[in-house]
Amino acid sequence: MSAEPIGPHDLGGAPAGPIDAHEHAVAHWEKQVDAMMTLLSERGHLKVDELRRGIETLGADAYERLSYYERWAQSMTTILLEKGIVTPEAIPAKVAEIKARQP
Amino acid sequence: MSGGHEHGHDHDHPHPFQPDDDAGGLTEHMALVAAVRELLIEGGIYSAEDERRAIERMDARSPAAGARMVARAWVDPAYRERLLADGAAAARELGVEVGPTRLIVVADTAETKNVIVCTLCSCYPRWVLGLPPAWYKARAYRARVVVEPRAVLAEFGTQLPDGMAVRVHDSTADMRYMVLPARPEGTQDWDEEALAAIVSRDCMIGVALPRADAKAA
Repeated sequence: MSAEPIGPHDLGGAPAGPIDAHEHAVAHWEKQVDAMMTLLSERGHLKVDELRRGIETLGADAYERLSYYERWAQSMTTILLEKGIVTPEAIPAKVAEIKARQP
Repeated sequence: MSGGHEHGHDHDHPHPFQPDDDAGGLTEHMALVAAVRELLIEGGIYSAEDERRAIERMDARSPAAGARMVARAWVDPAYRERLLADGAAAARELGVEVGPTRLIVVADTAETKNVIVCTLCSCYPRWVLGLPPAWYKARAYRARVVVEPRAVLAEFGTQLPDGMAVRVHDSTADMRYMVLPARPEGTQDWDEEALAAIVSRDCMIGVALPRADAKAA
């Protein structure tokens, strides 16, 4: 095999167990994450390469622990913060508002 | 689908909203997504209507589009040539929009089987196949298919003849692959619609082979 992996996402040839071929429905919140990427990309706010950079720099622990769309969400949030499209103060305030709204 | 909700009962009680999504409650990441989403909508970056339309477009895509392209290629040699030369243009010919990326269609032959993967992430020809299955995005498939494709195909129930070459194509963000499987024996008299019906998503990823006996009764 070739050189060392370039990051936790570089999985070609890595040790791995059997394939779990179960079908999983995509949840609505996951579709919202996917739509967010599509819409931000169409409007020129975020490129797919930036999304990948955000995912590839999550660190090995987070990469393994997070689900697929959780990685996307984490990456997009980081990049939106970097670009100042959302602010670091606004997110926790909004999260609190959303949790308070839960039944 | 997950969820243990049996639908054999009378519907005289209120159902929870999207029980599959609610099963584990609101996770931290779901709350984060909801927060960022609302901030983007409030900031006028996009509207709830834009989001709804994007999800509708996503839900409308399915392997049926790819299957139509495969079936057309099986009955029309000129289309097959155009499909192999420029997958995106050939998709558009059949009314399938494929976005800005390149679509490279790789054709199986009697000697060669093709399989697609994205070892680094999850790049997938979603315009012609819909959203990828969970296993395509997961560690085991991405790690193993590039080093032991025969073993991986066998796990999917696909046994290749000895001596058949296997080519694994690693996708990128800008370049997506789709497999054009070989037309199976016993389908000589079939029309395009019947042919398309035996071309599954997994056949176009390359982990399965279309079979004449897969035709719906």
